[in-house]
Formats: sequence, C-alpha cells, structure tokens
Amino acid sequence: MVYQKISLQEGLDLQCGERVAPLDIAYQTYGTLSPARDNAILICHALTGDQYVADTHPFTGKPGWWARMVGPGLPIDTDRFFVICPNVLGGCMGSTGPLSHKPDSDELWGRDFPIITMHDIVAAQVKLMDHLGIGRLFSVIGASMGGMQVLTWASDYPDRVFAAIPIATSAFQSAQNIAFNEVSRQAIFADPDWHDGNYRQFDTIPARGLGVARMMAHITYLSEEALTRKFGRRVRNASQPSAIGNMPSVFFGDMFEVESYLRHQGSTFVKRFDANAYLSITRAMDYFDLAAEYDGDLTIPFKGSPTRFCVISFSSDWLFPTSQSRHLVRALNRSGVNVSFVEIESDRGHDAFLLEEPDFDRTMRGFLNGAAEHAGLTQGGIAHAR
Amino acid sequence: MRVDQQVIADMIAPCSRVLDVGSGDGSLIGHLFRTRACDAQGIELSMEAVTHSVAHGLPVIQGDADHDLIHYPNDSFDYVVLQRTLQAVERPREVLRQMLRIGEHAIVSFPNFGHWRLRLQLLYTGRMPMTSVWATPWHETPNIHPCTIKDFFALCEEDGYVVEHWTTVNERGRRAPWYYSPRLANLCGEQALFLLRRKI
Repeated sequence: MVYQKISLQEGLDLQCGERVAPLDIAYQTYGTLSPARDNAILICHALTGDQYVADTHPFTGKPGWWARMVGPGLPIDTDRFFVICPNVLGGCMGSTGPLSHKPDSDELWGRDFPIITMHDIVAAQVKLMDHLGIGRLFSVIGASMGGMQVLTWASDYPDRVFAAIPIATSAFQSAQNIAFNEVSRQAIFADPDWHDGNYRQFDTIPARGLGVARMMAHITYLSEEALTRKFGRRVRNASQPSAIGNMPSVFFGDMFEVESYLRHQGSTFVKRFDANAYLSITRAMDYFDLAAEYDGDLTIPFKGSPTRFCVISFSSDWLFPTSQSRHLVRALNRSGVNVSFVEIESDRGHDAFLLEEPDFDRTMRGFLNGAAEHAGLTQGGIAHAR
Repeated sequence: MRVDQQVIADMIAPCSRVLDVGSGDGSLIGHLFRTRACDAQGIELSMEAVTHSVAHGLPVIQGDADHDLIHYPNDSFDYVVLQRTLQAVERPREVLRQMLRIGEHAIVSFPNFGHWRLRLQLLYTGRMPMTSVWATPWHETPNIHPCTIKDFFALCEEDGYVVEHWTTVNERGRRAPWYYSPRLANLCGEQALFLLRRKI
C-alpha cells in the first residue's frame, strides 16, 4: 500500500518525553490552495476514521467516510476550499504509529509505541501544515475524537485557526467513555491471538478481540431508537449462512438481524484497522481533558482567542451528549470568544454526523460561508482560479 | 426587518460589539454586521431559529436570557439588546442587571401594559385584556411579567440605570408622537423602547 505522505527526519518530540523519528504523516487533499493560501480547511478524523474523507477507501472500496459532506458544491465545498485530511499520529493508514518501524530498526513499534496525546496528534498535523506552507487554516473541522483535535488546535494554536467546528465532541473524555474504551481494550487483551501485542510476529491478528471491541463501540455510536427502527426484533432467515468472517456461528438457533449487523461491523473492521493503533488512539482520547491542564478552568485555554467557533451536537447522541457541548459553549462564552451553537434534532445517535441530516448540512455550509465573509474570502473567487 | 428593529439599529454606534438576546431569525445581527460593521452575536431560545441563523452565517447560540447571560464576562459588549422579551423572562430585574453587567448599554423593548385600550378593557369587562399586542389568554400567555412604561422608569430609578433615550413605537413599529411625555406615552404607547446605561 502506497500512501500520499510526508516523512520528516527530525521526527516529533512527544509529551511523554519520547521521540518518534522519522515522522510520517499520510494525508489526502481535495480542491486547490488559493494563491494567498487562505482557503485551507483541515479535517480531523475520528477514532476509526482515516484520511480517505471523500474518496474511495483503498481497503474496503467504499466511498469516503464524509463523501456526502466534502466535495464540489457540497457543504465543505472543494470548489472553494482546499481540504486536507491527515491520518492521525498513532494510526494505521500510513502515518507514524504502531505499524511503523522503531528508529534505526527492522522491528515494528507494536505495543511499544509511545503513549500519545491529542497535543501530540495536533503537533504532528502542525508539521504537515508547515510543510505545505499553510500558516493560518481557514477552518479546522472534526467530529467525535476529531472534535477533540479541533479544540486542541484552537487552544494550542489560536492564531492559526480562523474558524473551528467541533462536532459531537467534548472538552474532556467522560468517565463513561473511558469505561467503554476499557471494555474495548480488554476484549483485545483477552484474544489468544493478542500475544501480548506482538501478534505480527506470529503472523496473526487479534481479530476476535478487535471485532468484539468494534461491535461494542458501534452500539455506542447508535441509539435505541435507531436500532429499533433499523432492526427491531427481526430474525434473519435461517437458511442464510449465519457464520460471518471469523465469528463463531450461532448457538441458540435463529440470529437477530441486529446481531448479524454487529458481526458484520466487527469482521469488516478488523481487515482495515490495527489493534495496537486502536489501543494507542483510545488511550489518547481517554487522557484528553483540556481544562485539567489549566487547574480545571476551561476558559483559560480560549481566553481572548480570535477563533470563531461553531459547536454542533446531536439530540440523541449519548456518547458525546449535548450537555457536554453546552458545557463547552458556556466556557467559550466566559472566555469572551465568538461562538455559535446548534443542537441538531436527530434520532440516530452519535453517528448522525456521518449521515444525511439536512439541518446539519445547512449549518455547516452557512457557518463556513459566514466565516469566509468575515475572513475576507470571496465567494466563488477560488473556483474561478482553478 | 421590523421598523422597531430599524429604530434599535439606529441607536447602535458602528463597529460596536452587540449581543442580541432573543435574536429570532437573526435579522438584527445580520443587519448590524452588514451595514454597521458590528461584531454582533445572538442568543435564541428556539433551536429552529438558531439553526436558521447559523445556516445564514450568523453567530448565534441556543439559550435564554434567564440562564445564559451569567456565562458572559463583565463588559463583553457595547450593547446588549432584548427585544419584546422582558415581560416573558423569569426574573426581569436580574436579566436587566446581567445585561448592564456584560454590556455598557442595554436596549430594551417591551409591550406597554399601561396602554389605554388595556386599561379600558379591564375597567369595562373585568376580564384580563386581550389586544393585538397582548394576544394570548392569561392561562396560556408566556408574558408573565407585564409592566407599564411608568413601572419601567421606576425600576431604572431604583436600580440606578441612566435612561439615555426612550421612545414608543406602535405595533407596526412606527415611532409614535408622544415620546416627549412619559405620562402620555404610558397611556398611548403600544411598545416602549429604552436605551440604558450604567450609572458611572
């Protein structure tokens, strides 16, 4: 697999004190950078996302994870904006992570990959922006863990972010979310193919553990209403094969559709994601608590920030509920920064940010247009320059 | 934009920082940004109206006057605007206090309960008055704190706010001629509009 990436020999000094070198950052871009270099939008992906935001995924063959949001004429309009989406540090799609080699060694990092934080993930993205010659980003956009990166960008580099859109996210990882991540991790550890993290040496992967982790996590991305609407109590036709991928087949007769759906989610996920990367990134999420770094005062990292914020939540999201977005909005108000806040009515849970939600699209498009007006970008001017 | 909003806009100096509490569809803040280069933000209760505003590029958050003004620091704005809402908030006095804490000026409009039509209706029918301004029956109305222009002058006096300017407008937003006399205005003005400042 050949990724579009930069490789920086100087590497990156991590918060934990270790250094990774060289630093690889794989990324995709869409649209054209304006001559003034003022139309760049950085999209930060979520836990299991990657840089293939708007084009076909090389492993699954499926459309990009936000292909309905990013493209010509779409709310994040690539006729107008230059969109960059990097794979996160610690990821497994070409950026430096557990699948990379240790410095001056043939050995993979694997489980020894240093502990990373949101600040490290963002620091790596800053190096990519420096490399691309982009000083100030017109906007930084991300949902879920992507939103944590957006907030980190805005707090660590306020002068480099004109507009920030944190979506379905929080300024800290909640106890409940840490708990879910821990169950995911324990599922991986319990897999006999885990081999204490050295599974690649045994030419295997902890597919069952990682699959179960994904199944459990996937439930948290949905809502009871969405599950009921999509599957209800319907049972799969017994004549269809019931064993999917590496999951054992049913033991109690018929299989519910929701079971079959989750197994499918689990088995496809393990083909594209590395277990050590999953561990590394979930840990970075768990450590995320912006206020904790300022004695619990969330106003300090944003005080006097020139960045315009648009905070978006979804009414049925129970993983990153609206209350956490409101908590963030109030801190931003106290910091005296310019903030918009919309809760989108949806019954589809956390995953709503990936799905067709007209109010969400209108909000994204409108906020970006408004911000562009404030930034002095001209509507359509860039499209003509293409 | 309503005519009374135009009157409000005319009170606001160019390039000011403005918070519009109850910003509705965002027409006032949009107008202030485009024509007066103001840094104008809004708070609005209805999520539908918030979405509409943000989708038009206007910075608005969902919230309300009673609970969300406390989250802004002192002196964050030059003007804080509250249109036709004071009579519907839980604690009008506290809302005014917050407005003049976070803003140097407050612009407040409210329907005048001292209007002669209301007085006559109560006198002759003995029932709670219903007019085009006060259009909902007492058990349904969100207007839980109605006041008269005289009442409002008294509150400003009591809490030490300077009335820099005041006027009345009719339901269509036209400026009424009785602005020179508070007494006459209290009898004949349908909507009151006040520009307040903290006493220095």
